[in-house]
Amino acid sequence: MTTKEYETYYVPAQSHWPIVGAVALFFIAFGAGSYVSDLHAEQSGYGGYILIAGIALVIFMMFGWFSNVINESMSGKYSHQLDNSFRQGMSWFIFSEVMFFAAFFGALFYARTFAVPWLDGAGNNAMTGEVLWPDFTAAWPLLKTPDGTTTTAMGWYGLPLINTVLLLSSSVTAHFAHIALEQNKRPQLKIWLGITILLGLTFLFFQVEEYAHGYSEEMQLYLTSGIYGNTFYLLTGFHGMHVTLGTIMLIVMFFRVLKGHFTPESHFAFQATSWYWHFVDVVWVMLFVFVYII
Amino acid sequence: MTTDVLNETTNDHDSHDEHHDDHKMTGLKRWLYTTNHKDIGTLYLWFSFIMLLTGGALAMVIRAELFQPGLQIVEPDFFNQLTTVHGLIMVFGAIMPAFTGLANWMLPMMIGAPDMALPRLNNWSFWILPFAFGILISSFFMESGAPNFGWTFYAPLSTTYSNGSTAFFVFAVHIMGISSIMGAINIVVTIMNMRAPGMTYMKMPLFVWTFFITAYLLIAVMPVLAGVVTMLLTDTYFGTSFFNAAGGGDPVLFQHIFWFFGHPEVYIMILPAFGIVSTTIPAFSRKKLFGYSSMVYATSSIALLSFIVWAHHMFTTGMPLFGELFFMYCTMLIAVPTGVKVFNWVATMWRGSMTFETPMLFSLAFVILFTIGGFSGLMLAMTPVDFQYHDTYFVVAHFHYVLVTGSLFSIYAACYYWLPKWTGNMYNDSLSKWHFWCSLISVNLLFFPMHFLGLAGMPRRIPDYALQFADFNKWVSIGGFAFGLSQLIFLAVVIKCIRGGEKAPAKPWDGAEGLEWSVASPAPYHTFSTPPKVD
Repeated sequence: MTTKEYETYYVPAQSHWPIVGAVALFFIAFGAGSYVSDLHAEQSGYGGYILIAGIALVIFMMFGWFSNVINESMSGKYSHQLDNSFRQGMSWFIFSEVMFFAAFFGALFYARTFAVPWLDGAGNNAMTGEVLWPDFTAAWPLLKTPDGTTTTAMGWYGLPLINTVLLLSSSVTAHFAHIALEQNKRPQLKIWLGITILLGLTFLFFQVEEYAHGYSEEMQLYLTSGIYGNTFYLLTGFHGMHVTLGTIMLIVMFFRVLKGHFTPESHFAFQATSWYWHFVDVVWVMLFVFVYII
Repeated sequence: MTTDVLNETTNDHDSHDEHHDDHKMTGLKRWLYTTNHKDIGTLYLWFSFIMLLTGGALAMVIRAELFQPGLQIVEPDFFNQLTTVHGLIMVFGAIMPAFTGLANWMLPMMIGAPDMALPRLNNWSFWILPFAFGILISSFFMESGAPNFGWTFYAPLSTTYSNGSTAFFVFAVHIMGISSIMGAINIVVTIMNMRAPGMTYMKMPLFVWTFFITAYLLIAVMPVLAGVVTMLLTDTYFGTSFFNAAGGGDPVLFQHIFWFFGHPEVYIMILPAFGIVSTTIPAFSRKKLFGYSSMVYATSSIALLSFIVWAHHMFTTGMPLFGELFFMYCTMLIAVPTGVKVFNWVATMWRGSMTFETPMLFSLAFVILFTIGGFSGLMLAMTPVDFQYHDTYFVVAHFHYVLVTGSLFSIYAACYYWLPKWTGNMYNDSLSKWHFWCSLISVNLLFFPMHFLGLAGMPRRIPDYALQFADFNKWVSIGGFAFGLSQLIFLAVVIKCIRGGEKAPAKPWDGAEGLEWSVASPAPYHTFSTPPKVD
């Protein structure tokens, strides 16, 4: 039987932010659905505007919701136990993100190991190769698809290698910033956090450069270039979106640091952002190995 | 948990309640803005019941069409839309939200927590759902019609051959997934972080355990569903070829990713049911649950195994022989922990002082009928014979036995068990027994003959059939209409119970155990603002 004293767990009163968020997600889903359908049918519609309205509403909700949380936290309403809830919530959220990427990595592995060789007659699929795709030769990266679309492969040296170095260093600088915060060295915290943000932005810049290179006449590596282009753009694209989100989170943290938020003991938002940034980094290492190198 | 402790906490909490009640808003705003786990639980439960009736109405049209051979009422394409949306609504709109609703209502009260760990997130999780299903159902009224590729949305039916509403379907599934993941994170964090002092993991009620494990499954597989619908979207609208052999992809890849989500998903819909009957059977047998720790381990084993059995849905896709054998044996392994569970329920009843209140009736029906569904699952797990059963009505019979007489019956058992706690009134006993017996008889008339239809070769998802299937289909349809109507009795019971009835004591079932019975009936708006102590 524990004799530990329990602090009061703060249960917020009614909040209107969740319903704003639900309406925002409705606009996003409905808007995106209409936009994509109209795009496909080559007709114009209002989908894009609804989608943008939804995104704006989500940003508005996040500002409102998070400022509520920050105010409650700053006024000392939060107990240690509540802080734990936030931490555990964030870590399980990151786990769910890992599983999202796992689906795409799974598709990549399946295509490389099974689908592409089978199309060339591997295993018990001799007749598939013989009858359906007699001219097809299995290879990875798949530069010529069974229906004859050709493309070129993105090498791992050059931009991807630079980006790997950038992102790995940014994970280290993010950690330095975290240590500085825990030791209450505010100037160092600002510098390391600033460097992390710059590294993140540079990464994104090079990623756009790389895409431009891929879409050039020279490379002709498009989203539609068969399973290699599909997995390349969706994996790096979703990763890029996560880096973008992570960079925005870091920028928000930077301004909060400038405003004097966070103490060595209590800095959940900073910690969560840092975790998220490390997660994005780990995903990139996986990408670099399985999409670029091997 | 001794009775003395429970009484102590009751008194303790009455004093706290007055102080909190002034927070409660009234009218629509209360429900839109609420952060209270009981309010949100109520919202989930009503939403799921509305979805049950909606999905049920679609099923009634399906059964009306199948009442006789030939095409009578609906066009084949519309029939496909009906089966698709019926499945999606029942899985994602009726069963899953009902369990989340029960979790919301009961978990904080069972572990002695003041609320869910993240109350605002909780509200968001719920309110996404009506919008998601609004989008899904509204596609019936779009020019192209609703999704028509089955609830499993296999490629290329959902890519090359899909109709114009696929994008709406994809984004609706995306926001449903967001709702599920946030709801699951909330459940995990609540259980890990909010238990009353003294409530160790192995002292948690089994109900709490099953929701804990289910929430992990949700966090692990809902993102995979999001991934697969994203690939489906880009294949359909942006020219990728994940599921298209011409571009180096494979339609079978869709099935692998979908069922990697889909098989844990079916346990997401049954593990909480195990938790419910593990609560009700001991209560009405007036004995402790037999083999508590083996139940915990069995539930965990089922959850772990659920990740390595997915391809048993795909035996006929031409997998390598090794794959077929691996997935067959892994699937059969699941019968072991499931057998442990059924054994423990029966052993709990053995020499117990049993009484047969309505929650117990539904629980007993669950044990027997779910086991029938489990056995037909074992038959389907055998690769060679599955080649005959695949995509026949035998499969339809199997998953309706586990989902209707399994999951849904357990939800009814839970509702009757806790209605006195929720409303403060006892439900009308004779009406509730009418609900049970009408449901029991009609549900078997509805689903049992489907086994024979399937074994005789009637394919699923088809609006017309050969003449030799006519007699069974007629009886199935009659059972279907009767079962659908019987659910209206439940609506009547619940409404009557909310409006009045015999006042319920704090603990209406003398064999019941758990912290939730230590608070008054109806449960005060805020319970356990200071945690009770558990021995």
